[in-house]
Amino acid sequence: MHIDIRYPIGAMFSLFGAILTIYGLTTSSSSIYARSLGFNINFWWGLVLLGFGVIMLALAWRGSPKQKTS
Amino acid sequence: MQSMQLSIVDYVILVSYFVFVLGIGWALRRHMKTSTDFFLSGRAIPAWITGLAFISANLGAQEVIGMGASGAKYGIMTSHFYWVGAIPAMVFVGIFMMPFYYGSKARSVPEYLKLRFDEKTRGLNAISFTVMTVFSSGVSMYALAKLFELLLGWNFHVSIIISGAIVLIYIFMGGLTSAIYTEVLQFFLIVLGFLPLVLLGLKDAGGWTGLQAKLAMVSSARGFGAGAWSDSWSYMSTPSANPMGVDMFGMVMGLGFVLSFGYWCTDFLVVQRAMAANSMSAARRTPLIAAIPKMFFPFLVILPGMIAIGLTYAGGSGGFALPMKEGGVYDYDLAIPMMLAHYFPSGMLGLGLTALMASFMSGMAGNVTAFNTVLTYDIYQSYVRPNQSDAHYLWMGRMATIFGIALSMAAAYVAAKFNNIMDLLQLVFAFVNAPLFATFLLGMFWKRTTGHAAFFGLLSGTGAAALHHGLTKPLGALTLIKGGWLGTIVHTYPSEMAQNFWTAIFAWTTCFLVTILISFLTAQKKSEGELKGLVYSLTPRIKEEGVPWYKSPAFLGVVVMLAVIILNILFW
Repeated sequence: MHIDIRYPIGAMFSLFGAILTIYGLTTSSSSIYARSLGFNINFWWGLVLLGFGVIMLALAWRGSPKQKTS
Repeated sequence: MQSMQLSIVDYVILVSYFVFVLGIGWALRRHMKTSTDFFLSGRAIPAWITGLAFISANLGAQEVIGMGASGAKYGIMTSHFYWVGAIPAMVFVGIFMMPFYYGSKARSVPEYLKLRFDEKTRGLNAISFTVMTVFSSGVSMYALAKLFELLLGWNFHVSIIISGAIVLIYIFMGGLTSAIYTEVLQFFLIVLGFLPLVLLGLKDAGGWTGLQAKLAMVSSARGFGAGAWSDSWSYMSTPSANPMGVDMFGMVMGLGFVLSFGYWCTDFLVVQRAMAANSMSAARRTPLIAAIPKMFFPFLVILPGMIAIGLTYAGGSGGFALPMKEGGVYDYDLAIPMMLAHYFPSGMLGLGLTALMASFMSGMAGNVTAFNTVLTYDIYQSYVRPNQSDAHYLWMGRMATIFGIALSMAAAYVAAKFNNIMDLLQLVFAFVNAPLFATFLLGMFWKRTTGHAAFFGLLSGTGAAALHHGLTKPLGALTLIKGGWLGTIVHTYPSEMAQNFWTAIFAWTTCFLVTILISFLTAQKKSEGELKGLVYSLTPRIKEEGVPWYKSPAFLGVVVMLAVIILNILFW
């Protein structure tokens, strides 16, 4: 069997999530959020991406022994 | 026009995405040992992955940019391209047609035609398909480079070379598996990149009710009834009552039956994803699993366009307005890119642009992998150098990938130079595609259909399409490329879309009738033994053994159809 696609998906979204969350925290009082209707969209959506990435990684990690046997 | 300023964080996200897709190709390069690995992923991919790749491969430039543009131009009626023009055909191909594609062990759609009919029908399909895929990936590349030049001031040539090179490298290394895996990655990126845009836009427009009120202003300003932009079916009794200028019959038959089934059931670009699945059951589930997210895509790609036009007419908090083209018409193609620029601060902007890039690349990769397979198996192996070792065809697949990308780049430059040539080519492809589903339908469900009948039926269908197009024109057409080039105008359609739908209906009907007629006049050269597994009546019924009931194609198909009916009623 090939590589488990959930690893790269999980890794990429965890990375994007971490980047956006940290960027959101460091720019929290910036005027750039006027355009996103006052939401610190980087921080909040970064958390969503991070959550999605971590869930994907967890699924891949949990599913990996089964992948080998099938 | 509002231009975009990217900061370092945006570039970090974009470059990381490139690293990930290239990394997937790199990780897979050792797994490509045979040509089956390279072209069909060794038929070893689980259904949820092939299902998501099935949608992504179709998600090219036309999807994100074009559907957003249509959402602004025509409103929610654009969703017919999904709820009428995609889902029923996807259910049909999964339940009824996949047993023949997957079960016959054909390696491509043209090869199925060879097994079912004869060499000339395969050749006709293989050649028109390869030319078509190269041009569509070229158009996709051109659109990407043009858009990034306009939005970000990036050099047109650099965009073409970078996007082409990245797709080339990962497909060269990992073949179809690379394409499928990156398509799944791109699927999630597109959903998670555009979803916040829809949420922000909808919030700005005052929710769905607020948006409806704004769209009513658009409707009345354009001289239609209040709900013309926000009701999908209510204004379809006559063509003049809706902005698309189509009636219900033309929509359901032209789009919902001929064009949609012709694309989803016969286009190797999508069918190839299902053929890579790890079992017959998984292959049949592929389009059904794909249909579930697909039916919600209107909210992701059409809704932003509707929000854009609504805000332009009514004015939102930040005063969003669609830019105008020269001559005072709205530049609808910029609806989604302008929304990205308007609502996303740096950081999210990087994510949004990466999602846009991903949609272009997944479409291009889909075209290239379908192209290299058909070129290698159906043209090279059949007509140029048959009886070579498998390693030779694996090598040829890699060469075909380079060749396909190079031709796509050339096509992108042709598109940049001669806009008319591209319009003309797309028109010719439409003529070629329209009758295809009649041939497959008869071939799969009527064992009497002969090879000569299939071949000449296809040609006559294409001829009928050209003839219909030459004798009719849409209202207000100025150039002959829109129709009426035979001099006499028999009928004038209220819109170009109505004309397209009716061209398809004429082509399909002609092909269907001519194929039946010629089948009766010619002898069936294939024996019943040869047709086993290729025709419905000669194929044993599939028993889905060891598959739980909730995974059976029939159950999934019913659920998908019910869900899509509910969506139609909700937005009637």
